[in-house]
Amino acid sequence: MVTQRRRVVITGLGTVNPLGLSCAEYWRGLVNGQSGIARLTSFDTSQFKVQFGGEVKNFNPEAYFDKVSVRKIDRFTQFALVAAEEAIRDSGIDFSRENPFRCGCILGSGIGGLKEFESGHETLLSKGPTRVNPFVIPKMIVNSAAGNISIRYGLRGPNTTVSTACSSAAHAIADACTAIRCNYADIMITGGSEAAVTPMGLAGFIACRALSERNDDPAGASRPFDKDRDGFVLSEGAGILVLEEYEHAKARGANIYAEIRGAGNTADAYHITQPHEEGLGAAEAMRAAIRDAQWNPDEVQYINAHGTSTPLGDVAETKAIKLVFGEHARKLMISSTKSMIGHLLGASGGVEAVACALSIRYGVLHPTINLEHPDIESGCDLDYIPNVAREVRVKKVLSNSFGFGGHNCCLALGAV
Amino acid sequence: MIDKQSIENRVIDLISEQFNTPRENIKRSTTFQGGGQAGADDIGADSLDVVEFIMEVEEEFDIQVPDTDAEKIRTVGDVIDYIVAKLEERKTQEQQT
Repeated sequence: MVTQRRRVVITGLGTVNPLGLSCAEYWRGLVNGQSGIARLTSFDTSQFKVQFGGEVKNFNPEAYFDKVSVRKIDRFTQFALVAAEEAIRDSGIDFSRENPFRCGCILGSGIGGLKEFESGHETLLSKGPTRVNPFVIPKMIVNSAAGNISIRYGLRGPNTTVSTACSSAAHAIADACTAIRCNYADIMITGGSEAAVTPMGLAGFIACRALSERNDDPAGASRPFDKDRDGFVLSEGAGILVLEEYEHAKARGANIYAEIRGAGNTADAYHITQPHEEGLGAAEAMRAAIRDAQWNPDEVQYINAHGTSTPLGDVAETKAIKLVFGEHARKLMISSTKSMIGHLLGASGGVEAVACALSIRYGVLHPTINLEHPDIESGCDLDYIPNVAREVRVKKVLSNSFGFGGHNCCLALGAV
Repeated sequence: MIDKQSIENRVIDLISEQFNTPRENIKRSTTFQGGGQAGADDIGADSLDVVEFIMEVEEEFDIQVPDTDAEKIRTVGDVIDYIVAKLEERKTQEQQT
Protein backbone atom coordinates (compact mmCIF):
# COMPACT_ATOMS: atom_id res chain seq x y z
CA MET A 1 0.00 0.00 0.00
CA VAL A 2 1.27 3.39 -0.92
CA THR A 3 0.86 6.09 1.70
CA GLN A 4 -0.51 9.29 0.27
CA ARG A 5 2.04 12.08 0.24
CA ARG A 6 1.39 14.99 2.58
CA ARG A 7 0.69 18.06 0.45
CA VAL A 8 2.25 21.45 1.18
CA VAL A 9 0.46 24.70 0.42
CA ILE A 10 1.31 28.39 0.68
CA THR A 11 -1.06 30.25 3.00
CA GLY A 12 0.79 33.48 3.72
CA LEU A 13 3.13 35.87 1.93
CA GLY A 14 5.31 38.76 3.06
CA THR A 15 8.10 40.86 1.64
CA VAL A 16 10.20 43.98 1.88
CA ASN A 17 12.22 44.74 -1.25
CA PRO A 18 13.24 47.62 -3.51
CA LEU A 19 9.67 47.92 -4.85
CA GLY A 20 7.99 48.31 -1.47
CA LEU A 21 7.38 47.27 2.09
CA SER A 22 4.48 44.86 1.49
CA CYS A 23 3.22 42.29 -1.01
CA ALA A 24 0.60 44.76 -2.24
CA GLU A 25 3.22 47.37 -3.17
CA TYR A 26 5.50 44.70 -4.62
CA TRP A 27 2.80 43.19 -6.82
CA ARG A 28 1.64 46.59 -8.07
CA GLY A 29 5.23 47.43 -9.04
CA LEU A 30 5.78 44.07 -10.75
CA VAL A 31 2.67 44.12 -12.92
CA ASN A 32 3.32 47.74 -13.87
CA GLY A 33 6.87 46.90 -14.90
CA GLN A 34 8.47 49.35 -12.46
CA SER A 35 12.13 49.35 -11.55
CA GLY A 36 13.15 49.61 -7.90
CA ILE A 37 16.78 50.31 -8.80
CA ALA A 38 18.33 53.71 -8.06
CA ARG A 39 21.50 55.43 -6.92
CA LEU A 40 22.59 54.15 -3.51
CA THR A 41 21.94 56.48 -0.60
CA SER A 42 22.93 54.51 2.52
CA PHE A 43 26.68 55.12 2.15
CA ASP A 44 29.09 57.19 0.10
CA THR A 45 29.77 55.38 -3.18
CA SER A 46 32.07 57.99 -4.73
CA GLN A 47 35.04 55.57 -4.61
CA PHE A 48 33.04 52.70 -6.11
CA LYS A 49 32.86 51.77 -9.78
CA VAL A 50 29.18 50.88 -9.28
CA GLN A 51 27.05 53.49 -7.52
CA PHE A 52 23.52 52.13 -7.75
CA GLY A 53 21.54 49.18 -6.52
CA GLY A 54 18.26 48.01 -5.07
CA GLU A 55 17.89 49.40 -1.56
CA VAL A 56 14.81 48.86 0.56
CA LYS A 57 13.51 52.42 0.69
CA ASN A 58 11.84 54.22 3.60
CA PHE A 59 12.47 51.28 5.90
CA ASN A 60 12.18 52.51 9.46
CA PRO A 61 12.79 49.58 11.82
CA GLU A 62 11.52 51.58 14.79
CA ALA A 63 8.08 51.56 13.18
CA TYR A 64 8.08 47.78 13.79
CA PHE A 65 10.26 47.15 16.85
CA ASP A 66 11.19 49.04 20.01
CA LYS A 67 14.51 50.87 20.01
CA VAL A 68 16.32 48.30 22.14
CA SER A 69 15.33 45.37 19.91
CA VAL A 70 16.35 47.26 16.76
CA ARG A 71 19.85 47.72 18.15
CA LYS A 72 20.21 44.00 18.80
CA ILE A 73 19.38 42.72 15.29
CA ASP A 74 21.11 43.30 11.98
CA ARG A 75 19.25 44.79 9.03
CA PHE A 76 18.84 41.36 7.35
CA THR A 77 17.05 40.05 10.45
CA GLN A 78 14.91 43.19 10.60
CA PHE A 79 13.82 42.54 7.00
CA ALA A 80 13.06 38.90 7.80
CA LEU A 81 11.01 39.76 10.89
CA VAL A 82 8.96 42.42 9.10
CA ALA A 83 8.26 40.17 6.11
CA ALA A 84 7.45 37.23 8.41
CA GLU A 85 4.97 39.36 10.35
CA GLU A 86 3.18 40.26 7.12
CA ALA A 87 3.16 36.61 5.98
CA ILE A 88 1.89 35.31 9.32
CA ARG A 89 -0.82 37.97 9.54
CA ASP A 90 -1.78 37.12 5.95
CA SER A 91 -2.05 33.42 6.82
CA GLY A 92 -4.38 34.08 9.74
CA ILE A 93 -2.49 31.52 11.83
CA ASP A 94 -2.70 32.02 15.59
CA PHE A 95 0.38 30.26 16.96
CA SER A 96 -1.07 30.22 20.46
CA ARG A 97 -3.54 27.62 19.16
CA GLU A 98 -0.88 25.44 17.50
CA ASN A 99 1.45 22.81 18.94
CA PRO A 100 4.71 24.81 18.99
CA PHE A 101 6.79 21.72 18.22
CA ARG A 102 4.89 21.29 14.93
CA CYS A 103 5.74 24.82 13.77
CA GLY A 104 9.19 25.75 12.49
CA CYS A 105 11.27 28.13 10.46
CA ILE A 106 13.85 27.47 7.74
CA LEU A 107 15.32 30.55 6.11
CA GLY A 108 17.98 31.27 3.53
CA SER A 109 20.62 33.97 3.53
CA GLY A 110 23.74 34.13 1.43
CA ILE A 111 25.78 36.32 3.72
CA GLY A 112 23.92 37.19 6.93
CA GLY A 113 24.71 40.26 9.02
CA LEU A 114 27.36 41.85 6.85
CA LYS A 115 26.69 45.40 8.05
CA GLU A 116 27.22 44.29 11.63
CA PHE A 117 30.37 42.40 10.72
CA GLU A 118 31.77 45.49 8.99
CA SER A 119 31.05 47.86 11.86
CA GLY A 120 32.33 45.34 14.44
CA HIS A 121 35.52 44.87 12.47
CA GLU A 122 35.98 48.63 12.20
CA THR A 123 35.72 48.88 16.00
CA LEU A 124 38.24 46.07 16.38
CA LEU A 125 40.75 47.89 14.19
CA SER A 126 40.18 51.40 15.50
CA LYS A 127 39.58 50.80 19.22
CA GLY A 128 40.95 47.33 19.89
CA PRO A 129 39.52 43.95 20.88
CA THR A 130 38.10 45.05 24.25
CA ARG A 131 35.70 47.49 22.55
CA VAL A 132 33.99 44.90 20.33
CA ASN A 133 30.29 44.84 21.19
CA PRO A 134 28.86 41.62 22.71
CA PHE A 135 26.03 41.64 20.14
CA VAL A 136 28.34 41.49 17.10
CA ILE A 137 28.24 37.70 16.88
CA PRO A 138 24.51 37.16 17.61
CA LYS A 139 23.71 39.90 15.08
CA MET A 140 25.96 38.76 12.25
CA ILE A 141 25.46 34.97 12.30
CA VAL A 142 23.54 33.87 9.25
CA ASN A 143 20.99 31.91 11.31
CA SER A 144 20.10 34.99 13.36
CA ALA A 145 16.94 35.69 11.34
CA ALA A 146 15.51 32.18 11.76
CA GLY A 147 16.42 32.19 15.46
CA ASN A 148 14.75 35.54 16.06
CA ILE A 149 11.58 34.48 14.24
CA SER A 150 11.33 31.35 16.39
CA ILE A 151 11.74 33.43 19.55
CA ARG A 152 9.18 36.03 18.49
CA TYR A 153 6.45 33.51 17.62
CA GLY A 154 7.40 30.63 19.92
CA LEU A 155 8.10 28.19 17.08
CA ARG A 156 9.80 25.14 18.59
CA GLY A 157 9.80 22.83 15.57
CA PRO A 158 12.51 22.41 12.91
CA ASN A 159 14.67 25.53 12.70
CA THR A 160 17.67 25.82 10.42
CA THR A 161 19.29 28.17 7.95
CA VAL A 162 20.45 27.38 4.46
CA SER A 163 23.33 29.27 2.89
CA THR A 164 23.86 28.49 -0.79
CA ALA A 165 24.58 32.03 -2.03
CA CYS A 166 21.92 33.16 -4.50
CA SER A 167 19.90 29.95 -4.25
CA SER A 168 19.65 30.06 -0.42
CA ALA A 169 15.98 31.01 -0.14
CA ALA A 170 14.87 28.49 -2.78
CA HIS A 171 16.74 25.72 -0.98
CA ALA A 172 15.22 26.88 2.31
CA ILE A 173 11.72 26.66 0.82
CA ALA A 174 12.51 23.18 -0.52
CA ASP A 175 13.73 22.08 2.92
CA ALA A 176 10.69 23.60 4.64
CA CYS A 177 8.47 21.75 2.18
CA THR A 178 10.32 18.52 2.99
CA ALA A 179 9.84 19.12 6.73
CA ILE A 180 6.07 19.22 6.24
CA ARG A 181 5.94 16.38 3.72
CA CYS A 182 7.98 14.12 6.00
CA ASN A 183 5.69 14.95 8.91
CA TYR A 184 8.28 16.78 11.01
CA ALA A 185 6.02 19.84 11.06
CA ASP A 186 2.62 21.17 9.99
CA ILE A 187 3.51 24.84 9.56
CA MET A 188 6.81 26.30 8.38
CA ILE A 189 7.91 29.91 8.00
CA THR A 190 10.37 30.00 5.12
CA GLY A 191 12.01 32.12 2.43
CA GLY A 192 15.07 34.30 2.68
CA SER A 193 16.57 37.59 3.70
CA GLU A 194 19.63 39.57 2.70
CA ALA A 195 21.12 42.97 3.48
CA ALA A 196 24.48 43.00 1.75
CA VAL A 197 24.22 46.41 0.10
CA THR A 198 27.17 47.56 2.20
CA PRO A 199 30.62 48.89 1.30
CA MET A 200 32.17 45.40 1.54
CA GLY A 201 29.29 43.70 -0.27
CA LEU A 202 29.42 46.18 -3.11
CA ALA A 203 33.22 46.20 -3.37
CA GLY A 204 33.34 42.41 -3.33
CA PHE A 205 30.80 41.93 -6.11
CA ILE A 206 32.45 44.68 -8.16
CA ALA A 207 35.74 42.81 -7.77
CA CYS A 208 34.06 39.60 -9.04
CA ARG A 209 33.10 41.55 -12.18
CA ALA A 210 29.55 40.41 -11.53
CA LEU A 211 27.72 43.75 -11.46
CA SER A 212 26.27 46.01 -14.12
CA GLU A 213 28.19 49.26 -14.36
CA ARG A 214 25.41 51.27 -15.97
CA ASN A 215 25.68 54.19 -13.53
CA ASP A 216 24.01 56.63 -15.91
CA ASP A 217 20.83 54.53 -16.09
CA PRO A 218 20.22 52.53 -12.88
CA ALA A 219 16.62 51.64 -13.78
CA GLY A 220 17.82 50.20 -17.08
CA ALA A 221 20.76 48.29 -15.62
CA SER A 222 19.06 44.97 -14.88
CA ARG A 223 18.14 43.76 -18.37
CA PRO A 224 18.03 39.96 -18.38
CA PHE A 225 18.21 38.29 -21.81
CA ASP A 226 18.85 41.67 -23.50
CA LYS A 227 21.94 41.88 -25.68
CA ASP A 228 23.15 45.01 -23.84
CA ARG A 229 23.10 43.42 -20.39
CA ASP A 230 26.35 43.78 -18.48
CA GLY A 231 25.85 42.16 -15.09
CA PHE A 232 23.45 41.95 -12.17
CA VAL A 233 22.28 44.67 -9.79
CA LEU A 234 23.01 44.24 -6.07
CA SER A 235 19.82 44.46 -4.00
CA GLU A 236 18.47 43.69 -0.56
CA GLY A 237 15.26 42.62 1.11
CA ALA A 238 13.31 39.58 2.23
CA GLY A 239 10.64 37.29 0.86
CA ILE A 240 8.83 35.07 3.35
CA LEU A 241 6.17 32.38 2.88
CA VAL A 242 4.01 30.47 5.31
CA LEU A 243 3.88 26.83 4.24
CA GLU A 244 1.24 24.59 5.70
CA GLU A 245 0.15 21.00 5.37
CA TYR A 246 -2.87 20.95 3.06
CA GLU A 247 -5.37 19.25 5.39
CA HIS A 248 -4.28 21.52 8.25
CA ALA A 249 -4.86 24.57 6.05
CA LYS A 250 -8.22 23.27 4.80
CA ALA A 251 -9.43 22.47 8.30
CA ARG A 252 -9.01 26.07 9.40
CA GLY A 253 -10.46 27.47 6.16
CA ALA A 254 -7.17 29.09 5.16
CA ASN A 255 -6.68 31.19 2.09
CA ILE A 256 -4.47 29.00 -0.15
CA TYR A 257 -2.34 30.72 -2.79
CA ALA A 258 -0.68 27.71 -4.36
CA GLU A 259 0.91 24.36 -3.67
CA ILE A 260 4.61 23.60 -3.50
CA ARG A 261 4.54 20.52 -5.70
CA GLY A 262 8.22 19.73 -5.66
CA ALA A 263 11.80 20.78 -5.84
CA GLY A 264 14.97 19.83 -7.68
CA ASN A 265 18.37 20.25 -6.21
CA THR A 266 21.67 19.78 -8.05
CA ALA A 267 25.22 21.12 -8.28
CA ASP A 268 27.18 22.08 -11.38
CA ALA A 269 30.45 20.70 -9.96
CA TYR A 270 32.12 23.00 -12.43
CA HIS A 271 33.24 26.49 -11.33
CA ILE A 272 32.88 28.56 -8.15
CA THR A 273 31.22 31.57 -9.84
CA GLN A 274 30.47 30.68 -13.46
CA PRO A 275 27.49 28.60 -14.49
CA HIS A 276 28.09 25.41 -16.46
CA GLU A 277 28.11 26.56 -20.08
CA GLU A 278 25.52 24.03 -21.22
CA GLY A 279 23.39 24.52 -18.12
CA LEU A 280 23.65 20.82 -17.23
CA GLY A 281 23.12 21.28 -13.48
CA ALA A 282 20.34 23.81 -13.96
CA ALA A 283 18.59 21.53 -16.46
CA GLU A 284 18.70 18.55 -14.11
CA ALA A 285 17.33 20.70 -11.26
CA MET A 286 14.32 21.56 -13.45
CA ARG A 287 13.84 17.92 -14.48
CA ALA A 288 14.02 16.82 -10.86
CA ALA A 289 11.46 19.43 -9.79
CA ILE A 290 9.09 18.34 -12.58
CA ARG A 291 9.47 14.68 -11.58
CA ASP A 292 8.92 15.52 -7.92
CA ALA A 293 5.79 17.46 -8.91
CA GLN A 294 4.58 14.42 -10.90
CA TRP A 295 4.08 16.56 -14.00
CA ASN A 296 5.05 16.10 -17.63
CA PRO A 297 7.49 18.73 -18.89
CA ASP A 298 5.03 19.96 -21.53
CA GLU A 299 2.49 20.82 -18.82
CA VAL A 300 4.71 23.57 -17.42
CA GLN A 301 3.40 26.97 -18.51
CA TYR A 302 5.66 29.54 -16.87
CA ILE A 303 9.19 29.77 -15.51
CA ASN A 304 10.25 32.50 -13.15
CA ALA A 305 13.83 32.56 -14.36
CA HIS A 306 16.90 33.05 -12.25
CA GLY A 307 17.61 35.64 -15.01
CA THR A 308 20.23 37.76 -13.29
CA SER A 309 21.24 39.84 -16.35
CA THR A 310 24.81 38.49 -16.41
CA PRO A 311 26.27 37.76 -19.85
CA LEU A 312 26.94 34.06 -19.12
CA GLY A 313 24.09 33.25 -16.73
CA ASP A 314 21.16 34.16 -18.97
CA VAL A 315 22.58 32.19 -21.90
CA ALA A 316 23.25 29.10 -19.76
CA GLU A 317 19.76 29.24 -18.25
CA THR A 318 18.15 29.52 -21.68
CA LYS A 319 20.20 26.54 -22.89
CA ALA A 320 19.12 24.57 -19.83
CA ILE A 321 15.45 25.37 -20.49
CA LYS A 322 15.82 24.18 -24.09
CA LEU A 323 17.54 20.98 -22.92
CA VAL A 324 14.67 20.15 -20.60
CA PHE A 325 11.70 21.19 -22.69
CA GLY A 326 12.79 20.74 -26.32
CA GLU A 327 10.08 22.08 -28.63
CA HIS A 328 7.88 23.00 -25.66
CA ALA A 329 10.46 25.66 -24.69
CA ARG A 330 8.97 27.84 -27.48
CA LYS A 331 5.55 27.72 -25.83
CA LEU A 332 6.81 28.48 -22.33
CA MET A 333 6.38 31.93 -20.84
CA ILE A 334 9.44 33.05 -18.91
CA SER A 335 10.19 36.23 -16.98
CA SER A 336 12.79 37.64 -14.62
CA THR A 337 11.71 39.35 -11.42
CA LYS A 338 15.29 40.61 -11.12
CA SER A 339 14.73 42.91 -14.10
CA MET A 340 12.71 45.10 -11.69
CA ILE A 341 14.11 44.50 -8.21
CA GLY A 342 17.67 43.44 -9.00
CA HIS A 343 19.36 40.51 -7.31
CA LEU A 344 18.50 39.96 -3.65
CA LEU A 345 21.15 37.21 -3.44
CA GLY A 346 20.10 34.73 -0.73
CA ALA A 347 16.62 36.28 -0.54
CA SER A 348 15.93 36.15 -4.28
CA GLY A 349 14.31 32.70 -4.27
CA GLY A 350 11.96 33.94 -1.55
CA VAL A 351 10.75 37.10 -3.29
CA GLU A 352 10.48 35.15 -6.54
CA ALA A 353 8.39 32.40 -4.94
CA VAL A 354 6.15 35.18 -3.58
CA ALA A 355 5.86 36.53 -7.16
CA CYS A 356 4.96 33.04 -8.46
CA ALA A 357 2.29 32.55 -5.79
CA LEU A 358 0.77 35.95 -6.65
CA SER A 359 0.92 35.15 -10.38
CA ILE A 360 -1.06 31.96 -9.79
CA ARG A 361 -3.51 33.81 -7.54
CA TYR A 362 -4.17 36.81 -9.81
CA GLY A 363 -3.73 35.27 -13.27
CA VAL A 364 -1.09 37.79 -14.30
CA LEU A 365 2.53 37.13 -15.24
CA HIS A 366 4.87 40.02 -14.61
CA PRO A 367 7.20 41.06 -17.45
CA THR A 368 10.95 41.10 -17.93
CA ILE A 369 11.62 44.82 -18.20
CA ASN A 370 14.43 46.50 -20.16
CA LEU A 371 14.19 43.74 -22.74
CA GLU A 372 14.60 45.91 -25.83
CA HIS A 373 16.86 43.75 -27.98
CA PRO A 374 16.75 40.07 -27.01
CA ASP A 375 20.19 38.47 -27.27
CA ILE A 376 19.12 36.17 -30.10
CA GLU A 377 22.69 35.73 -31.34
CA SER A 378 23.54 34.01 -28.08
CA GLY A 379 20.41 31.90 -28.23
CA CYS A 380 18.17 33.98 -25.95
CA ASP A 381 15.19 33.66 -28.27
CA LEU A 382 12.40 32.42 -26.01
CA ASP A 383 9.26 34.22 -24.79
CA TYR A 384 10.56 36.25 -21.86
CA ILE A 385 7.35 38.33 -21.56
CA PRO A 386 9.11 41.53 -22.67
CA ASN A 387 8.24 44.75 -20.86
CA VAL A 388 4.47 44.30 -20.47
CA ALA A 389 2.67 42.04 -18.00
CA ARG A 390 0.45 39.32 -19.43
CA GLU A 391 -2.96 38.27 -18.18
CA VAL A 392 -2.98 34.51 -18.26
CA ARG A 393 -4.11 31.87 -15.79
CA VAL A 394 -1.24 29.54 -15.01
CA LYS A 395 -1.46 26.32 -13.01
CA LYS A 396 2.03 24.87 -13.28
CA VAL A 397 5.09 27.05 -12.81
CA LEU A 398 8.76 26.65 -12.02
CA SER A 399 11.05 29.05 -10.17
CA ASN A 400 14.79 28.79 -10.80
CA SER A 401 17.57 29.86 -8.44
CA PHE A 402 21.27 29.28 -9.00
CA GLY A 403 24.09 30.28 -6.67
CA PHE A 404 27.83 30.92 -6.61
CA GLY A 405 29.36 27.58 -5.74
CA GLY A 406 27.34 25.95 -8.52
CA HIS A 407 24.22 25.29 -6.42
CA ASN A 408 20.97 24.92 -8.36
CA CYS A 409 17.44 24.79 -7.03
CA CYS A 410 14.19 24.67 -8.93
CA LEU A 411 10.81 24.89 -7.20
CA ALA A 412 7.59 23.60 -8.77
CA LEU A 413 4.50 25.55 -7.75
CA GLY A 414 1.01 24.57 -8.77
CA ALA A 415 -2.51 25.94 -8.49
CA VAL A 416 -4.62 24.03 -5.96
CA MET B 1 35.72 66.70 44.82
CA ILE B 2 33.94 64.15 42.64
CA ASP B 3 30.41 65.39 41.87
CA LYS B 4 28.38 62.30 42.81
CA GLN B 5 25.08 63.77 41.69
CA SER B 6 26.45 64.48 38.25
CA ILE B 7 27.75 60.90 37.97
CA GLU B 8 24.41 59.52 39.08
CA ASN B 9 22.68 61.61 36.42
CA ARG B 10 25.05 60.45 33.70
CA VAL B 11 24.63 56.78 34.69
CA ILE B 12 20.85 57.13 34.67
CA ASP B 13 21.03 58.79 31.25
CA LEU B 14 23.11 55.89 29.92
CA ILE B 15 20.71 53.29 31.29
CA SER B 16 17.67 55.19 30.09
CA GLU B 17 19.15 55.38 26.59
CA GLN B 18 20.48 51.83 26.34
CA PHE B 19 17.44 50.09 27.79
CA ASN B 20 14.84 52.59 26.57
CA THR B 21 13.61 52.95 30.15
CA PRO B 22 12.03 56.14 31.57
CA ARG B 23 14.42 57.92 33.96
CA GLU B 24 11.84 57.88 36.74
CA ASN B 25 11.90 54.05 36.73
CA ILE B 26 15.63 53.99 37.43
CA LYS B 27 16.40 54.07 41.17
CA ARG B 28 19.57 53.29 43.06
CA SER B 29 17.98 50.03 44.18
CA THR B 30 16.94 48.98 40.66
CA THR B 31 18.58 45.69 39.63
CA PHE B 32 19.86 44.89 36.14
CA GLN B 33 19.07 41.20 35.87
CA GLY B 34 16.44 40.55 38.52
CA GLY B 35 14.84 38.03 36.21
CA GLY B 36 11.48 39.66 36.66
CA GLN B 37 9.44 41.89 34.41
CA ALA B 38 11.12 45.12 33.36
CA GLY B 39 9.77 47.87 35.58
CA ALA B 40 10.60 50.06 38.53
CA ASP B 41 12.56 47.36 40.39
CA ASP B 42 14.42 45.76 37.50
CA ILE B 43 15.87 46.81 34.14
CA GLY B 44 15.06 43.42 32.60
CA ALA B 45 18.56 43.00 31.15
CA ASP B 46 20.32 39.78 30.21
CA SER B 47 24.02 39.03 30.63
CA LEU B 48 24.99 40.41 27.21
CA ASP B 49 23.10 43.62 27.92
CA VAL B 50 25.13 44.05 31.08
CA VAL B 51 28.41 43.44 29.23
CA GLU B 52 27.40 46.07 26.68
CA PHE B 53 26.35 48.49 29.41
CA ILE B 54 29.64 48.11 31.27
CA MET B 55 31.46 48.88 28.03
CA GLU B 56 29.37 52.04 27.70
CA VAL B 57 30.33 52.99 31.27
CA GLU B 58 34.03 52.41 30.49
CA GLU B 59 33.74 54.67 27.47
CA GLU B 60 31.70 57.39 29.17
CA PHE B 61 33.90 57.65 32.29
CA ASP B 62 37.19 56.58 30.73
CA ILE B 63 37.74 53.80 33.26
CA GLN B 64 38.51 50.09 33.07
CA VAL B 65 36.10 47.66 34.71
CA PRO B 66 37.68 44.21 35.09
CA ASP B 67 35.26 41.27 34.71
CA THR B 68 35.79 40.33 38.36
CA ASP B 69 34.44 43.77 39.37
CA ALA B 70 31.68 43.75 36.75
CA GLU B 71 30.35 40.46 38.13
CA LYS B 72 29.70 42.10 41.50
CA ILE B 73 27.48 44.83 40.06
CA ARG B 74 23.82 44.07 40.78
CA THR B 75 22.06 47.42 41.09
CA VAL B 76 22.18 50.89 39.65
CA GLY B 77 23.58 52.09 42.98
CA ASP B 78 26.43 49.56 42.66
CA VAL B 79 27.44 51.09 39.33
CA ILE B 80 27.34 54.66 40.65
CA ASP B 81 29.35 53.76 43.75
CA TYR B 82 31.87 51.82 41.69
CA ILE B 83 32.45 54.73 39.30
CA VAL B 84 32.74 57.23 42.15
CA ALA B 85 35.29 54.99 43.90
CA LYS B 86 37.27 54.54 40.68
CA LEU B 87 37.34 58.26 39.96
CA GLU B 88 38.29 59.13 43.52
CA GLU B 89 41.07 56.57 43.42
CA ARG B 90 42.36 58.10 40.21
CA LYS B 91 42.19 61.61 41.65
CA THR B 92 44.17 60.56 44.71
CA GLN B 93 46.83 58.98 42.52
CA GLU B 94 47.02 62.12 40.38
CA GLN B 95 47.46 64.31 43.48
CA GLN B 96 50.24 62.06 44.76
CA THR B 97 52.21 62.25 41.52
